Amino acid sequence: MSTAVTTPVGRMTALARAELTLLGRSKGTLFAALFVPLVLPFSAQMAAKEMDLAEVGLTLGTVILPASIGFSLLYAVYATLVAVYTARREELVLKRLRTGELKDTEILAGAALPAVATGLAQSLVLAVGCTVLLDVGAPRAPHLAVLGLLLGVVLCASLAAVTSSFTRTVESAQVTTLPVLFLSMIFSGMFVPLEVLPDRVASVCELLPLTPVITLVRGGWTGGLSAYEVIGPVMTGLAWAVLGVLAVRRWFRWEPRR
Amino acid sequence: MNIDEHEHVIEVTDLRRVYGGGFEAVRGITFSVGRGEVFALLGTNGAGKTSTVELLEGLARPAGGRVRVLGCDPYAERAVVRPRTGVMLQEGGFPSELTVAETARMWAGCVSGARPPRDVLELVGLAGKADVRVKQLSGGERRRLDLALALLGDPEVLFLDEPTTGLDAEGRRDTWELVRGLRDAGTTVLLTTHYLEEAEGLADRLAILHEGRIAAAGTPAEVTAAQPARISFELPEGYFVGDLPPLAEMGVSGHEVDGRVVRLRTHQLQRAATRLLVWAEGAGVELGRLDVRAASLEEAFLGIAREAAGAAKTKEYAA
Repeated sequence: MSTAVTTPVGRMTALARAELTLLGRSKGTLFAALFVPLVLPFSAQMAAKEMDLAEVGLTLGTVILPASIGFSLLYAVYATLVAVYTARREELVLKRLRTGELKDTEILAGAALPAVATGLAQSLVLAVGCTVLLDVGAPRAPHLAVLGLLLGVVLCASLAAVTSSFTRTVESAQVTTLPVLFLSMIFSGMFVPLEVLPDRVASVCELLPLTPVITLVRGGWTGGLSAYEVIGPVMTGLAWAVLGVLAVRRWFRWEPRR
Repeated sequence: MNIDEHEHVIEVTDLRRVYGGGFEAVRGITFSVGRGEVFALLGTNGAGKTSTVELLEGLARPAGGRVRVLGCDPYAERAVVRPRTGVMLQEGGFPSELTVAETARMWAGCVSGARPPRDVLELVGLAGKADVRVKQLSGGERRRLDLALALLGDPEVLFLDEPTTGLDAEGRRDTWELVRGLRDAGTTVLLTTHYLEEAEGLADRLAILHEGRIAAAGTPAEVTAAQPARISFELPEGYFVGDLPPLAEMGVSGHEVDGRVVRLRTHQLQRAATRLLVWAEGAGVELGRLDVRAASLEEAFLGIAREAAGAAKTKEYAA
């Protein structure tokens, strides 16, 4: 143990290490985080086979790959973190941590690190898997895919903190996470690419938080987004990220309701 | 108060705390704690002890008034204050699935100048439980783990919210010894308790909180001295309080009658007791269950509760 003054990185590392241990001991959360994102792509694949993708310039691979990464962000990062934040609040761990040197953002970020790392590692595995199995080929604009992924991580973590503010117990997290999970899976271009939806519906769907993430990741592989077409999703994604951070500052609860 | 102004480690001025629903838990309290002092906030449940301590710990912003810990605002200047304070919350706050050692290691990573976790676990007698999960600890063991973590950084100021609740008699005595040792080493300690003997035996000064206000404050001796002594007895059949010598002349400041039981309060115990016994001897009255009791902290505490209850039978005499 150091006798020196702690640093933000040191403090978050100590917290993240404890959270990693806890993640390993929480079988339910671990199952949802590791297993679900690996299974969902198969059901997405069945849905995709029903659609006429070639007509809109997509292939099975360029639909399934972004969807897989979306599942990973939703389950390994978003749903896991809602459970983590809620459990720590209910056990008064968040309150305890706030009595120490950790800053509020360090607590939220440190606690999120294991789930975020899981999500990123899983996305990598899924991307490689899809590339090999579905014959997608190397990404043509990898920077867009990376941008989308990072945006997705920040969005999912802040959405998780906001959702957790309205979640009283770990059990109720299974319900409170449903709106974001369903809306994202159905309308953010995961199960159904926006390209096959009517224009008016698609333009509303584009405004959902996870849509820019999926769009950017897909664009990263197809290379089909012009610089101009990138601006829209990036702005939408950033707007959601800013909104998310503001909402956390405004609504996040550090203690259980009395 | 004879403590130099510059040595005030904790200063609280007209502090107020209001919860979301509008409940005013702390209603304007003022006190200060000098370096190396042990200060106890005493009170019944709901008196505002924890609400006050949380403001001192910087967990919430006061609705009014001022808090200074080590000369800083503990809420706004958190980064400056936290490395110098140790906090033991009223309730745990540890992930139940971590072991004692893992919990201590995690906390040590977040504390400047942390001692080796094993040292503090030994200090509180938990070294043998290092590999036990927190959820398997008894309530008392959890309290001791909390104390260990509060001590990890050798804090200058220690906040202990009900440190011995849930401990057995031996554990309580061990904790007292530890706090005395820390005080002797110069640590400033602010603790809350609803155990009177804990405040009496441990605190250099104390404040009794009631409904968010300070009802009495000072050294245990001062608080006690402000309280009346008590004489209680049972009058035989056929005798009434009116048969006693005039109460004011006896030095009695207040009395209660409960059936045949009479309770007198006085600040002149010897005079009141003597007059009473002389009267009884002269009148040939046998006083049943005679109990003469000097003022105590318990009396002070009960007195405050009694005033609050607005005991209808109490009649106060002008002192």
